[in-house]
Amino acid sequence: MGNVLAFCEFTGAQLRSSALANLSFARLAAAAHGGEVIALLVGAGAAAAGPEAAKYAPKVVVVDAPSLAHYLAETFAPVVAEVARAQGASLISATATAIGKDLAPRVAGLLDAGMASDISKLAGKDTFVRPVLAGNAYSTVQVSTPIIVVTPRQSEFEAAAPLGSAGTVTTAAPGNVDALGAEFIRLDAQKSDRPELSDAKVVVSGGRGMKNGENFKVLEQLADLLGAAMGASRAATDAGMVPADWQVGQTGKIVAPNLYFAVAISGAIQHLAGMKGSKTIVAINKNKDEPIFQVADYGVVQEWEKAVPELISEIKKLKASR
Amino acid sequence: MKILVPVKRVPDPTQKAKVKDGHIDLTGAPWIVNTFDEYAVETALRLLENGAENARLPGSEIIVVSLGPDDAAKEVRTCLAMGADRAIHVVTSDAEIDSLVVVKVLSAIVAAEKPDVVIMGKQAVDGDANQVGQMLAAKLGWPQATFAATIELAADKASFTVGREVDGGVEYKKVPLHSVITVDLRIVAPRAVKNGVTPESHNYSGEGARLPSLKGIMAAKKKPMVQTKLADYGAAAAPAIKELSVALPPPRAAGQIVPDIATLVKKLAEEAKVL
Ligand SMILES: Cc1cc2nc3c(=O)[nH]c(=O)nc-3n(C[C@H](O)[C@H](O)[C@H](O)COP(=O)(O)OP(=O)(O)OC[C@H]3O[C@@H](n4cnc5c(N)ncnc54)[C@H](O)[C@@H]3O)c2cc1C
Ligand SMILES: Nc1ncnc2c1ncn2[C@@H]1O[C@H](COP(=O)(O)O)[C@@H](O)[C@H]1O
Repeated sequence: MGNVLAFCEFTGAQLRSSALANLSFARLAAAAHGGEVIALLVGAGAAAAGPEAAKYAPKVVVVDAPSLAHYLAETFAPVVAEVARAQGASLISATATAIGKDLAPRVAGLLDAGMASDISKLAGKDTFVRPVLAGNAYSTVQVSTPIIVVTPRQSEFEAAAPLGSAGTVTTAAPGNVDALGAEFIRLDAQKSDRPELSDAKVVVSGGRGMKNGENFKVLEQLADLLGAAMGASRAATDAGMVPADWQVGQTGKIVAPNLYFAVAISGAIQHLAGMKGSKTIVAINKNKDEPIFQVADYGVVQEWEKAVPELISEIKKLKASR
Repeated sequence: MKILVPVKRVPDPTQKAKVKDGHIDLTGAPWIVNTFDEYAVETALRLLENGAENARLPGSEIIVVSLGPDDAAKEVRTCLAMGADRAIHVVTSDAEIDSLVVVKVLSAIVAAEKPDVVIMGKQAVDGDANQVGQMLAAKLGWPQATFAATIELAADKASFTVGREVDGGVEYKKVPLHSVITVDLRIVAPRAVKNGVTPESHNYSGEGARLPSLKGIMAAKKKPMVQTKLADYGAAAAPAIKELSVALPPPRAAGQIVPDIATLVKKLAEEAKVL
């Protein structure tokens, strides 16, 4: 018996899509643990998102203080650990986002909790399925500590639906906030009007074969036509053609859209690790022997210079005919 | 400055995964230093050398630590050949340890060695856990800067400014000495590490971590490597995380090569119903 504490990220008064995936995981886990889902919102301004979180969780705990203005693992981890103790949590979950991956293991360290990272499935109260070896195998692990920490993969859990009736919101004090000498300096944000890569329905990715950043414009046209997010291989991000946070793969974003375009990407295992879960995969590559064609549902052996503009005009035609 | 670099050996990730009796079959597997840990050694070297003059700074030391079986000594030796100064090899089997055990041992070693900073990989590419650095920082009560894509040592040598690739951009975080820094792939880019000594104009190759030179390989044979065991650190072979079984994912259904874009769009609309 124990509760499930779900750390939820928010923007303003809204929960992020990653939080909704976490809450749907937390519901499954709470049933297995015979406890309740408790959504945890931490940060300056967190109270604003309380009512929204209460639509999805029977209980919401808000820790809102000016000293928590910027996310820092050093200040957030003790808050999560303390709330977990106070709320009798036997499981703590945070979606495997950049923040979740930074924070959750630190919380586990504070609580001497065993942790299962990046889980794709709940297989029992303390048993989880998770990808290993860049997604080339799935391991079922059992964690035997009194408190367990997990990071569910956003792409593996549907967004939670609202509950019939709203939950209660309580606040907790942050305690002594000590950054241990660490300081947030600044965020160089990548602004984009496109959907978030992690939960987009369509993703258009380009690789080294695009040759330069200017050439990505044609992929962006395709993306905007489809309401898609942009992605890239490591070779393209490393070369500075596109921003680093477009990288899809073992060490980038994990995506599972309905439709994934891999353009001028060879299909290295580390790239496949990030997109193999896509429903339909389209590969456009000039070399028919590339491994990307082994995972693609549809392959076109052509140069992108010819294929992509044609693809754009064919899709426009299709849309016009409807 | 003294830097501790924990490294793990992992099966070569380019090899196809095989499963035997419900677990990954590693008989005859080729082993390598975890790529991110190799990058961590590279980072430590760049922090502690004058790259342009190819010379180590006086008073600098890099210690590598690894928990692993007897024959992991080979991968540890590779790190010494790259330029690390000495090694601690905690001899154990992979089945005896999990993140918590590794962290227990590493924190005891930090207490004994008193490094100025711990630099390590962000994740081991076999288990893909991405846990040990953050857990170690928590245990030590030290700050952490994870997923470092750039590191700049301050002029007073008392702090690092770390560029971290996060969702939606790059975050810059400052951490004092006595921190844990975990490195991401781009830390090996030509100008990702700045130590205030190597001239700005100096370009590292950017092709990954340096390969051990012949001279480095010879020198590594004489560098100190002590072998210890879990019990030396009060740790027991009692992992809290047990792997029950491993399975390969079902293969994707075979795809098709289509002759042209018009056919592709037709199939995406009518067959896959995704347009
Ligand atoms: C530890 C580690 C982690 C990694 N993590 C990731 C990760 O998260 N994500 C990732 O993507 N990679 C990752 N990598 C790198 C990965 O191994 C590959 O190097 C990388 O994915 C290759 O990118 P690419 O396919 O764009 O480039 P390449 O392999 O160079 O392929 C370029 C492709 O473009 C095609 N092409 C060229 N010109 C044209 C044209 N005119 N028209 C059509 N096609 C063309 C070529 O045929 C080729 O297939 C990682 C590597 C390591 C070691
Ligand atoms: N057995 C080990 N010995 C030494 N360091 C390790 C070991 N396992 C993990 N690490 C370190 O912890 C980092 C993260 O590993 P992980 O959390 O297992 O993904 C690695 O990049 C190593 O630096």
